[in-house]
Amino acid sequence: MTATPPLALIAEDEPLLAMALRQELARAWPQLQIAATVADGNSAVTQALALLPDVLFFDIRMPGQSGLEAAVELADEWVGDRPFPALVFVTAYDQYAVQAFEAQAIDYIVKPVQPARLLKTISKLQELLARRLRGGNEFDATLDQLRNLLALKLPGTPSFDPATNPRQANAADRALTVIQASVGNTIRMVPLAEVLYFEAADRYVRVLTGDHEYLLRTPLRELLPQLDGDTFWQIHRGTVVRAAAIDSVIRDEAGKLHLQLRGRPEKLPVSRLYAHLFKAM
Amino acid sequence: MAIDWLTKLRHLLQVLAFCLAIATIQYAFIPDRPYGPPVVYSLFIGTITWTIIDLGRDWFPSSAETGWPTGLAGVALVLGGIVAGYLLGVAIADRLCVYYGWYPPGASKAPGEQRTSMLITALAGITGTYYFYTANKSAYLERKMREARRHASEAQLKLLESQLEPHMLFNTLANLRVLIGSDAARAQQMLDHMIAYLRATLGASRATTHTLQAEFDRLRDYLELMAIRMGPRLAYTLDLPPELAQLPVPTLLLQPLVENSIQHGLEPKVEGGRVTVTARRDGDTLVLQVADTGVGTATASGSGKGFGLTQVRERLATLYGTAAALDFSAEDGQGASVTARLPTHP
Repeated sequence: MTATPPLALIAEDEPLLAMALRQELARAWPQLQIAATVADGNSAVTQALALLPDVLFFDIRMPGQSGLEAAVELADEWVGDRPFPALVFVTAYDQYAVQAFEAQAIDYIVKPVQPARLLKTISKLQELLARRLRGGNEFDATLDQLRNLLALKLPGTPSFDPATNPRQANAADRALTVIQASVGNTIRMVPLAEVLYFEAADRYVRVLTGDHEYLLRTPLRELLPQLDGDTFWQIHRGTVVRAAAIDSVIRDEAGKLHLQLRGRPEKLPVSRLYAHLFKAM
Repeated sequence: MAIDWLTKLRHLLQVLAFCLAIATIQYAFIPDRPYGPPVVYSLFIGTITWTIIDLGRDWFPSSAETGWPTGLAGVALVLGGIVAGYLLGVAIADRLCVYYGWYPPGASKAPGEQRTSMLITALAGITGTYYFYTANKSAYLERKMREARRHASEAQLKLLESQLEPHMLFNTLANLRVLIGSDAARAQQMLDHMIAYLRATLGASRATTHTLQAEFDRLRDYLELMAIRMGPRLAYTLDLPPELAQLPVPTLLLQPLVENSIQHGLEPKVEGGRVTVTARRDGDTLVLQVADTGVGTATASGSGKGFGLTQVRERLATLYGTAAALDFSAEDGQGASVTARLPTHP
């Protein structure tokens, strides 16, 4: 077994279910210490960064941001030299999510938690932690899994749900050519061809051209499906850049990548999740 | 439109049988004449008429739906088919009969004979066309009926699915499982609410109206279930003045609206909030309002086009026409509210 007791973080918005998971874990894996239980996606990230747990149990549907979004943000912010926590998703009934987890070999448990199923997950986690103690690190594999899950637009993440949101269901059909940004009481028509990059800012999106900046009230996740994936690359949770405008990619001392665009002075950080886009040929 | 050749072949065989029958009747009336010529005439006229009408009708764009061209085009096709079938059929049959010497040339040219065969052709053509037309029409109506039935059951299923959302059911069951171990009395309470909720949802398609009191009771069951799940993140107020309690309303009319408030308003909001359902009377109008303090327009799904809103709006329109209205308003970060107005005396 491990030298120091393993540490876990539970993110579950329903108090009773969080309690149940804690109890089941205490019974089936007494060595495991629950560092904290949080009830929303944002606290999940801040607590994970503060407590540096070994295992994460993330509910998929949570207020603030989904479990998947929280895992992605955490992967971005994670300090490089520590092994990334083993990730287990928790879901009530999402056949799509379960299929996706199976396909990506990501561990998950289904609510109500069945003790027998939990035991299987626990033995897998113990194996993983033991491997880590011998120096194994699956961070790259986790990044791949998260990237693939993100691409699937899982239920529970707000970008999914064509049924309740017809506006989005056909968004992908309409290719965007002009951005309509309101400036004061006028609407500026900004040709997409002039846009160098988009950056999410709270619920808004900043649209940056060579010499101007506009603010859109559409969230980035709604804008994304309308952009051509070959022309615009997502390089971060909140940043989408025009691929042809990328001048250079710089790696800093900490190993993080930054982009320099033609026509813009600022440097844009590249998320770990999308670092695979930039490799020297 | 793809042509179903097997059906056409069946039609052709039926036409041939019909032609033979006509020739036989003709022969029966004038047994002193040979049987051959009427058969040849009948077959040629019939086959050509059939070819023009049955194959020709697929060329008309208006026949895509029912299989027959509509209006004048249909009449013109049938008349043209019969006339052309008669002229062409007679011409070919004449030559054949003369060629094989079955019939003394000119014998059929007697004016009386010609009139008789024209009449037979016209009657047979119209009878045949009418037969195929009605057969086709009943098949078409049957198909339509099957389609309508399928649409109806699909809509019903969709409604049921939206009310018995599996995610909600399984999460409730998961909570129940915890409560059974930790707080049996509350578990029993939760189970009672769930039974009432399920009974109301599954039975909703049978009764069309119930009292406003019953409507509010069902909302309370649902909100109680959600309150156990969401804990302190959900607060709710149900405000029903006693004098309105016995007014009839469509069953579970407000249910999808309350669900929307929770799903799209409160669930995404970290600190949760409050759902308020109120009923009041405004003259002859019953005003029902579902308001929440959730994220408002921040979620794209709150755009007023969700399945729940559409469904409630359609139900009101079917039941009361223009006498009822549904208004949705939402403000960024300020919550959303839906107001339904319906007549107190339908």
